[in-house]
Amino acid sequence: MFQAFLIKYGEIGIKGKNRHLFEDALMKQIRHALKHVEGKFFVRKEQGRIFVEAESAFDYDEVIAALQRVFGIVGICPMVQAADEGFDKLAETVNDYLRKVYGDREMSFKVNARRAKKSYPRTSMEINADLGERILAAFPNMKVDVHKPDVMLDVEIRDQIYIYSQIIPGPGGMPVGTNGKAMLLLSGGIDSPVAGYMIAKRGVKIDAVYFHAPPYTSERAKQKVVDLAHLVARYSGPINLHVVNFTDIQLYIYEACPHEELTIIMRRYMMRIAEHFAKETGCLGLITGESIGQVASQTMQSLAATDAVCTMPVFRPVIGFDKQEIVDIAEKIDTYETSIQPFEDCCTIFVAKHPVTKPNINIIRRSETHLEERIDELVQTAIETTETIWVE
Amino acid sequence: MEAYLDNSATTRCLESVRDIVVRTMIEDYGNPSSKHLKGMEAERYLRDARERIARTLKVSEKEIFFTSGGTESNNWALIGAAMANRRAGTHIITTAVEHAAVIQPMMYLEEQGFSVTYLPVNRYGEVSLADLKAAVQEDTILVSVMYVNNELGAAEPIEEIGHFLKEKYPGILFHVDAIQAYGKYRIFPKKAGIDMLSVSGHKIHGPKGTGFLYIQEKVKIKPLMLGGGQQKGMRSGTDNVPGIAGLGEAAGEAYRDFEEKRAHLLRLKEYFMEQVSMLPDVVINTRPGEDGAPHIVSVSFRGVRSEVLLHALEERGIYVSSGSACSSNKKLPVSAVLKEIGMERELLDATLRFSFGRFNTEEELAYCVEALKELLPMLRRYSRH
Repeated sequence: MFQAFLIKYGEIGIKGKNRHLFEDALMKQIRHALKHVEGKFFVRKEQGRIFVEAESAFDYDEVIAALQRVFGIVGICPMVQAADEGFDKLAETVNDYLRKVYGDREMSFKVNARRAKKSYPRTSMEINADLGERILAAFPNMKVDVHKPDVMLDVEIRDQIYIYSQIIPGPGGMPVGTNGKAMLLLSGGIDSPVAGYMIAKRGVKIDAVYFHAPPYTSERAKQKVVDLAHLVARYSGPINLHVVNFTDIQLYIYEACPHEELTIIMRRYMMRIAEHFAKETGCLGLITGESIGQVASQTMQSLAATDAVCTMPVFRPVIGFDKQEIVDIAEKIDTYETSIQPFEDCCTIFVAKHPVTKPNINIIRRSETHLEERIDELVQTAIETTETIWVE
Repeated sequence: MEAYLDNSATTRCLESVRDIVVRTMIEDYGNPSSKHLKGMEAERYLRDARERIARTLKVSEKEIFFTSGGTESNNWALIGAAMANRRAGTHIITTAVEHAAVIQPMMYLEEQGFSVTYLPVNRYGEVSLADLKAAVQEDTILVSVMYVNNELGAAEPIEEIGHFLKEKYPGILFHVDAIQAYGKYRIFPKKAGIDMLSVSGHKIHGPKGTGFLYIQEKVKIKPLMLGGGQQKGMRSGTDNVPGIAGLGEAAGEAYRDFEEKRAHLLRLKEYFMEQVSMLPDVVINTRPGEDGAPHIVSVSFRGVRSEVLLHALEERGIYVSSGSACSSNKKLPVSAVLKEIGMERELLDATLRFSFGRFNTEEELAYCVEALKELLPMLRRYSRH
């Protein structure tokens, strides 16, 4: 029965002169999200509102699901569209709409008419009153409540007449592409896809880097990361995934540095390589899924030690979250099932029994001097042999 | 060079199998249940396949039933026979090293009120007739033993067990999971006292999703698939004509020049075991020569994680299986089979299975051995602790 959707957006409505930039970005993201949905849609902007109009048959649930993944949308209102064929016909359409959506339920309502087309023969107030009367006549169980109605029935008179009363919540946030780009360090775990999702939600476009270590990690582990990138991309839009072969660097650190510092030194090199790709692709920051104290490499001291190698800001959106809170988001965005597939990732291969939890940056730096002979060459090779996968 | 040494996981289809599969998909695509000529043509493929298979086992073609593969054959044999005979008793005997497609139905039957005895095995994975004798009870209705163990290549004493049962307990049904053995052994159920025998198509260069269950004529068994009454009502569902035709072709081919094929596998096995046993710190879990399966060699490499070695071999085009699915992830169980043979803890996730097929050559094995010689010292240098 619905032929169109009114898209409600929150924060971007108040961005002053930049408003149209945000709206255009939102429209672009909506179009992108609907590309994979069956049916043809027309997305347009009219007087500060965005409409999605179906131009063919479509699957309602599929459209809602797709729109609920577009950041920047706070609400989706399924609408009935009707041509202006006189007031009687309008009242009939409205009653028809109410019957289909609510049946003859016992409820209070309020008509909220807006006359954008000033040539319409009745004022907004008149429409409110007259339509209310017709509704009361048709539904004996309904009553009017202008202060706290159960249902707010919006009737907008434009070139067409739009009728809607439901608001399906959207994901909120800002349209992707309105806040620059950042490089996500994506592992196969639960946290990093959530971190990517959260930053993308603030309008940031995402690229990602994954470190694999064959033969210690398998092709399946890599496929899992591609799958995760794909799931995040449903929200963030397409992701360029850089797959770095980290094996030789890892083995070199293993040989040359104290074993209990292996993880922290490894992570410092991951950050360095990630930053290289970030700069190369115009990113303005790095994103990790770290949360304070979760593992040895995520203590305050460890985080400081990894941060010390970066010149860019490092964003850690789940930094204050408990594991369960992260899991809850992972389940909501559907990455959890994929994340828990049991493949070894490169951080756990050679993990020491008792890794340092309070690394001293000076000691770590001194250990890294043991790598001077070959590390630059190995890093260079890793960068040069990196495979980039376009994940949509 | 590529060396596919994972033939116990699956095999490459024969070209003649592909040809007959394509023919029954594109030309003779009828439904055997249809009354018209097109249906009759298709039915001929079923009859041919049934005949060819029956001939390899020296049984009647009426005793061959097509299934979707080894798992279905095992499920049907165990659940179908247990349910049909539960008035006679509710005790079942099997081994502790069966494939999941036997163990899981057994656990299901336990939930249904049956009791199951799991026979222990020796370090090679073999059960003993003495243990089986001791396990038989008055209410035992079914014994299920695999012909060849898929992880270790152990050959179980099937004929001994079959003869013992037929002589002492003719009322007990004997099911054999021959999924790793069919095509590698001459199996004659009537002589060996086997009442039901499970076979899978894709292990013998046939198509995946195909298999059969031999059911001796007098066995009481219930169908699991109910429907249109195909295969005498014992296994409903439109006959998978391409799959069955391919399976028949693969089965026939498996036993053509059989002695030669078996000798080829034994030569490969002997060569490989000899070479591998010369590497330092390895333990071979398979019996040499004819005392074990001709095509499976299980090897433990001390101090090397099997998964890492597997992927390192994969980088060189060598494909094998890890005997266990263990990783750093402690939640994953290590192989139950390796535990059952009393393998040392540290070898449990250091074990690989190499399984050969008729397309493998000695050069490929030499290539694999060379790769092992290079990889093992390197992988041992970098260990977890």
